[in-house]
Amino acid sequence: MMTKLTGQTVYNEKLEKRINEVFAGGQQKYHDKLKEQNKLFVRDRLKLLFDDGQYTEDGRFANCEAGDLPADGVVTAMGKVNGQTVCVMANDSTVKAGSWGSRTVEKIIRIQEIAEKNRVPMLYLVDSAGARITDQLDMFPNRRGAGRIFHNQVRLSGFIPQICLLFGPSAAGGAYIPAFCDIVIMVEGNASMYLGSPRMAEKVIGEKVTLEEMGGAKMHCSVSGCGDVLVESEEIAISEARRYLEFFPANFTEKPSLKGSIEAKAGRTLEEIIPENQNAPFDMYEAIDALIDEGSFFDIKKLFAPELITGLARIEGQPVGIIANQPKVKGGVLFVDSADKAAKFINLCDAFSIPLLFLADVPGFMIGTKVERDGIIRHGAKLIMAMSSATVPKISVVVRKAYGAGLYAMAGPAFEPDVCIALPTAQIAVMGPEAAVNAVYSNKIEAIEDPKEKIAFVQAKHKEYKEEIDIYKMASELIIDEIIAPSNLREVLADRFRFYSTKELPLPPKKHPVYPV
Amino acid sequence: MTQLKAAMAGTVFTVNVAVGEEVQAGQVIIVLESMKMEIPVETEVAGKVTAINVQVGDFVNEEDVLAEIEA
Repeated sequence: MMTKLTGQTVYNEKLEKRINEVFAGGQQKYHDKLKEQNKLFVRDRLKLLFDDGQYTEDGRFANCEAGDLPADGVVTAMGKVNGQTVCVMANDSTVKAGSWGSRTVEKIIRIQEIAEKNRVPMLYLVDSAGARITDQLDMFPNRRGAGRIFHNQVRLSGFIPQICLLFGPSAAGGAYIPAFCDIVIMVEGNASMYLGSPRMAEKVIGEKVTLEEMGGAKMHCSVSGCGDVLVESEEIAISEARRYLEFFPANFTEKPSLKGSIEAKAGRTLEEIIPENQNAPFDMYEAIDALIDEGSFFDIKKLFAPELITGLARIEGQPVGIIANQPKVKGGVLFVDSADKAAKFINLCDAFSIPLLFLADVPGFMIGTKVERDGIIRHGAKLIMAMSSATVPKISVVVRKAYGAGLYAMAGPAFEPDVCIALPTAQIAVMGPEAAVNAVYSNKIEAIEDPKEKIAFVQAKHKEYKEEIDIYKMASELIIDEIIAPSNLREVLADRFRFYSTKELPLPPKKHPVYPV
Repeated sequence: MTQLKAAMAGTVFTVNVAVGEEVQAGQVIIVLESMKMEIPVETEVAGKVTAINVQVGDFVNEEDVLAEIEA
């Protein structure tokens, strides 16, 4: 049937045509390239991200008069994730490789402002070649130029959750978007971050290197620590972002939501998992599984500094941030990178009212020339400051040994944990028995000539030392608050986190501490 | 050829294999002692041990090559 075109219909048809041009994104050849790279088109990413694929967009007609720059290469939108409103900016790499022009930048700034006013999480779906150098005067140095995006990110940090999903490059200045986010999820093979491309590195400093080596997802998630979660595909990146957001409130004034309790994974008991011999390794992941609701663990920086585990989980439905030494890797000793990793994770949890659980089995901070030159003292200070200044409920569990500053770093008694619980295998000391006896009696030991006598002397001193640091003596002196059987730990933690959920701990008034970095 | 490197500074506590031996992926080749902890050094690949560069008691630094395995 022929419809008679009225004036209004003509207007609407024109509008529909213009909208469809915007929705189509860049030229077909760039869409084909996406397919080759196993990438999704920006609007398909958004459909996967939002509940029911629904979103409300701003600035759709940005640069629509230019003809070949639909939406100016970025989609900015609001929608729901797990029923919670969020704001999103998402680069469209089919439009001039997702590069930033002045309207691109203005749209990103505006969606950040909307996130701030509405106090809702901000997600950055990054796939961008960086600034359009031809447009630099319009988008680089101004008050509302690209720098303002980072300034806003800093303003929003700790105010609302900020999440980065890296699907492609995040180049030069653009690489600071992930750097200022709470968490960066990177797609293996496609995601990359770098200040200067391999081509630029060759020209400027003469280095020949591949993109993957220089700034690939795997490198950043395992070596530099700029990436937090390495995933195989864009679909997994999006589902992981949705899962991550479940742990977080919309903003710092709210509390994270509770879920129904799920039983811990069936498996060996903590008594079976934790060896009595303090020096023998075991897998802390298995111990964590025995404590948390099955399937709730969200590992953060799994591949980076694996001697320390940091991750979100639920215990009887309550969200907690877990910081646990991993005796299976490097003996669970704290290094420069592990201190960095823990400091950021603790800051993240504290900012959004996620209680902290420390599982200590730590011989201390690493010693030796290498780590001293790397600045282990200031990195350790960073961790201790983050832990110490966190005001969320903190439970410290001494699983086995907690020696030296390791005890401090893992929220030992002096750092006001709400409770310091020891398992019967706990051992708290400045250093382990072997090291301590050597330190105190080395001259005496050397002076004993008879080997049998020497061994007997050392053994006697070990015994004396072990009695001195006996865990019941520590409990008797109220150094630790409680000793419990490992099999009761999950229940005890769940009860205590419920009790502490009303905790308030005001800090002395000041602008901010002077952060060690 | 795969090189097995020390993840951290320490002394060699045990050497569990000999040159020429066939090893499985995940097998502990050498155990270091550092910070009073046993640090197992596992091979990620299966193959034949072609070199053992350390002896029990040796001090090794981070990144030192401890052994080599031909996959």
